Amino acid sequence: MKAKKDYEAVIGLEVHVHLKTKTKAFCGCSTEFGQEPNSQACPVCLGFPGSLPVLNETALDYAIKVGLALNCQVQEYTKFDRKNYFYPDLPKNYQISQYDLPIAKEGFLDIEAGGKNKRIAIRRVHLEEDAGKLIHKEEISLVDFNRAGIPLLEIVSDPEINSPEEAYEYLTVLKSIIEYLGVSDCDMEKGSLRCDANISLKQKGAKELGVKAELKNMNSFKAVKDALAFEIGRQGGLLDDGKAIIQETRLWDAKLQETVSMRSKEEAQDYRYFPEPDLVPFIISREKKEEIRKSIPELPAQKLLRFTKEFGLSEYDAKILVSSKQDAEYVERLMRAYPREDKKPLVNWLIGPVTALASASNLIISELKIPGGIDELIDLIINTEDGKISNLTAKSVFAESVSTANLASNIIREKNLFQISDASALESEVDAVIKENPQSVQAYQAGKSNAIMFLVGQVMKKTGGKANPKVVQEILKRRLQ
Amino acid sequence: MEELNRLTAHELIESLSRKEITSEEVISRLNQRIKDTDARVKAYVRFDSSNNPAEQQSGAAALPLKGLPISLKDNICTDSLNTECCSMILGGFRPPYDATVVKKLKAAGALILGAKTNMDEFAFGSSTENSCFGPTHNPWDLECVPGGSSGGSAAAVAGDEAIWALGSDTGGSIRQPAAFCGVVGLKPTYGRVSRYGLIAFASSLDQIGPITKDTRDSALLLNVIAGFDPRDSTSVNEKVPDYTQALLNDIKGIKIGIPKEYFIEGTDSEVKTIIKEALEKLKSLGADCQEVSLPHTEYAVPVYYIIATAEASSNLARFDGVQYAYRSSSRASLIDMYKETRGEGFGEEAKRRIILGTFVLSHGYYDAYYLRAQKVRTLIKQDFERAFNQLDCIVTPTTPTAAFKIGEKIKDPLKMYLSDIFTISVNLAGIPAISIPCGFTKKGLPVGLQILARPFAEEMLFRVAHTYEQNTGWHKMNPRLK
Repeated sequence: MKAKKDYEAVIGLEVHVHLKTKTKAFCGCSTEFGQEPNSQACPVCLGFPGSLPVLNETALDYAIKVGLALNCQVQEYTKFDRKNYFYPDLPKNYQISQYDLPIAKEGFLDIEAGGKNKRIAIRRVHLEEDAGKLIHKEEISLVDFNRAGIPLLEIVSDPEINSPEEAYEYLTVLKSIIEYLGVSDCDMEKGSLRCDANISLKQKGAKELGVKAELKNMNSFKAVKDALAFEIGRQGGLLDDGKAIIQETRLWDAKLQETVSMRSKEEAQDYRYFPEPDLVPFIISREKKEEIRKSIPELPAQKLLRFTKEFGLSEYDAKILVSSKQDAEYVERLMRAYPREDKKPLVNWLIGPVTALASASNLIISELKIPGGIDELIDLIINTEDGKISNLTAKSVFAESVSTANLASNIIREKNLFQISDASALESEVDAVIKENPQSVQAYQAGKSNAIMFLVGQVMKKTGGKANPKVVQEILKRRLQ
Repeated sequence: MEELNRLTAHELIESLSRKEITSEEVISRLNQRIKDTDARVKAYVRFDSSNNPAEQQSGAAALPLKGLPISLKDNICTDSLNTECCSMILGGFRPPYDATVVKKLKAAGALILGAKTNMDEFAFGSSTENSCFGPTHNPWDLECVPGGSSGGSAAAVAGDEAIWALGSDTGGSIRQPAAFCGVVGLKPTYGRVSRYGLIAFASSLDQIGPITKDTRDSALLLNVIAGFDPRDSTSVNEKVPDYTQALLNDIKGIKIGIPKEYFIEGTDSEVKTIIKEALEKLKSLGADCQEVSLPHTEYAVPVYYIIATAEASSNLARFDGVQYAYRSSSRASLIDMYKETRGEGFGEEAKRRIILGTFVLSHGYYDAYYLRAQKVRTLIKQDFERAFNQLDCIVTPTTPTAAFKIGEKIKDPLKMYLSDIFTISVNLAGIPAISIPCGFTKKGLPVGLQILARPFAEEMLFRVAHTYEQNTGWHKMNPRLK
């Protein structure tokens, strides 16, 4: 669907991330993923009568850390509230959340989309507990409470995102920051990162906002992008036809690749928020805030800047290499170990063959097991740079080394793959090729300079790829003059 | 031997330590008494004589409450023992854990009686008539209510069916029944005693406290149950003194405030007279009594019924038939299961409070009700702060009347709510208060004197109460329950 008129999309994102604490937000149960259903539950997270919540201070610290990293004002005084609604996965039928005094508010996130830099305002960052998980069988529904009570951070943007691409970029940058902070796995497949989106359309340049739809059930950043794109088309089509948009919640159907209405606003819930009387308000001291601020590592944006300056990386290359903290640290180690001033060959290797091989096994580059580690990789690159082996050979040696767990240097030695650059050692092969290919020789001598490449190829074939093509070409040129 | 059940805990501790009696004798005598009289008093629910607390006996000798049985209100969780808040919706519920107070009692050597004491369902009430097991009867007059919501605990102690007991107090639920039954009831400072394992009514108001035959027992019991609990964020990390050290027979120069707002119309004239006599007594013992004003007193009842019901509506949301206890047989849909379970499982007063609490928290009403009530709560708290700048304690009647007849107020919730008019402010302010017997009406019903002090000044309460007790002897009166 494509709208006829020119509309501007107004998008706000609500991101939930599981905080990687050892124990749940308000009890001592483990937060480990993938355990036997209901094996990680106690009277507190099951909401048994008489049980009381006690805040996991690490969860609070993590929330403050994220707030600071997102340039928010971290509140001096924060409290929890109860969000009341009935649902079988919610053991107390209220969720401990935060309403009017979130831990952090009024921050921002810088993104780059469509070649332009843009600052997206963060409205609030608050801490709450996750619900359990419903498992629907044919006749019955079961509840697994292992997830109930896991600390969940909700990060809400202002509606300042104007395209699905910007939304995608916002999520990518946000995820990367949170991963850098080490406070969450941000794994959408495990449900440790979830995203809902609000979207409305308005006439381009208009001030008044349109009626919004809330989109849920997107299981990847791409799904968020696709759902938003679909919704722009759907809402645009309705507006084109002069029809009204209904304020409603819509679910993304990944199979159909469309959004489907779930509930309209008339059925919207009244959550009856009120201060959680079982928890006392928390004072976040300036000292604590500063202590946590000091523990924040270099974030992706700063790292990118430093990499471009320190290692002469292009912004494009640097951006790829810093997106994961683990990779960035790995890359930095490589950069420092690489003995030459010009880092470009190393960068090309990382973005080229290393990335290709890693992603083929669904790994990030730092996870790729290279026999002999970074020293072997650097030796291989230096040897290639020095012309001791050909670029092509180096790549296949690298692949073989990773798949057979044999050192690259061993493979080169065993198979005697060092490039032959000594002209005297190549003379006889060149003579033979000239003799065997008179037409090509003639063509070259008649002025078809391209023909020499065929002859070079024939020499390479004869030497099993070991000949240095540059040297071969020089000999040929000399001989055929 | 015959009379063991009539003794106070401190008397029994002494006899036990001198090996004049055994714990088994105490328990067997108590069981006998319950068998003889509880059919009329109905202080206990789910009484089962096969549950023998003596089996809990542990080895260590030097425990302060070793071998001494205690009775618990039906809203205090006990591991593997039914705890149902006298509500159908919690029918059959056996908590998988002990409340912190129960852990502490067990650690002190106390024996937990298997039967729990009767109460208004979820502590909603002032007469123990709102129990799914039916009402408890006042040992002083079986036609009268014992007060509530801890009516079972108070009646059991008054009727010598318990050595001592724990109750819970959200708006007067320990003090009002203690007054009606002629026993001693203490509502400790909010945060003094852990609420972990107390099935919540209104979390910001609830406190567990002792119901005992005299002040010394009250101090002894508070010694055991008080203290910070890492499982309860609202419990306060404040040192627990030995409260029995405060039991001095001396109140010379103690400054006592008499709030004029507590001697209002609607207070029974007999009660007024008895309280005035008690005040004279305190004066004659050397106390410096002066009038004080607590100007926001008149708002306490409405403020309380907004805050308490708001919290209750949320606290009781978990009783939905999904995980434990009662579930309606309706299987039509999830929503139907919720509706039927809660419709069938909750009693009338519980429903009334859930609806009221849900309303005051609703969108569009929150500011006018809940938020405003919280602001007035602060004013009420400040009334007390100001008063305690100049005073050591405040003395009031515990209730405007003595025990009323069963059935008299149950159809008129507003009238019932007013029976807590003198006790509610204390919970809103979070301060401690004690009710002690101070006389009898002509019909022979007990009247209670309430003493209030600043936060964590339970020692002052014990000192004044003990001095009064030692110089009057009302606490030694027993109902003629055969």
